[in-house]
Amino acid sequence: MTHPIVPLRLYVGVFAVLILLTGLTVAIAFFDLGGGRLHYANAIAAITIAATKALLVVLYFMHVRYSSRLTWVFVGAGVFWLLILFVLTSADYVSRGWLPLPAPWNQ
Amino acid sequence: MAELHSQVAHQFENAEQQREASTLGIWAFLVTEIMFFGGLFAGFLVYIIGHAQAFAEGSKHLDLTLGTLNTVVLLGSSLTMALAVRSAQQGNRNGQALFLILTISLGLVFLGVKGVEYAHKFEQHLVPGAQFRMEGPHAQSAQLFFSFYFAMTGVHALHMVVGIGLLSWLLVNAWRGKYTEEYFTPVEVSGLYWHFVDVVWIFLFPTLYLVARHA
Repeated sequence: MTHPIVPLRLYVGVFAVLILLTGLTVAIAFFDLGGGRLHYANAIAAITIAATKALLVVLYFMHVRYSSRLTWVFVGAGVFWLLILFVLTSADYVSRGWLPLPAPWNQ
Repeated sequence: MAELHSQVAHQFENAEQQREASTLGIWAFLVTEIMFFGGLFAGFLVYIIGHAQAFAEGSKHLDLTLGTLNTVVLLGSSLTMALAVRSAQQGNRNGQALFLILTISLGLVFLGVKGVEYAHKFEQHLVPGAQFRMEGPHAQSAQLFFSFYFAMTGVHALHMVVGIGLLSWLLVNAWRGKYTEEYFTPVEVSGLYWHFVDVVWIFLFPTLYLVARHA
């Protein structure tokens, strides 16, 4: 399953999108997207853009789009375990103080 | 045909199976790297929740212009790396050499800019430790931010140094005409490593320079 030679235009196109997204993420960092109420709005926007950029690099520059199913499983396993790390960690730390519990549980 | 066969180690059926094994091997390594950097990011997440104000203060002391410049430089080096692999696929020796030299140069520019940023931090007494000085009520906790900043960017820069070493070795071999349309696995595999280091920076940049500004 030799992957095809990716056209030059596609590489340059992906690079152009990556630069545009970099400009976008820097630009929106100057605005408070949550309007002072939603604390995590800027963080969510920045990380979503970063994830999009990472996906483009992995699919096209790293050729995962043209790789075998087994490669997809390896990459997917890495991302899946990373999500477990973040979801379980933030399930604890982000939610502290949400419930009226005695002090030791909310610190 | 005999020459083609000589590139295949005896445990493999053919060149294709060997290539597949190499790709999976480097991905297995990159998954351990995801876990390694993931731990640092998870630590950052825990501390930014507890010290949102201090992390915002610290983040504002970073040089956004230099950070953005470095992001563009590193994305550019990923493009040239992809083009180096493409040249190898086409058996284009001069193309490989040119794009590897460009990739190495952009990598060195990145490290140079990082060095300038580090030097500024030392001058401004923003390096955690006895010399740390910062105005405002969050100075103590801001040291935490800078600890993460130096640990994460430092380990990332170390990966860049390793990557530049790998690419220099590729450059010598490519120039000697070692890689052909049939056998260019080392170029491809080193490329995967280089792109991964770029992906880490894609997440480091917003995490350190952007996210905390409005926390």
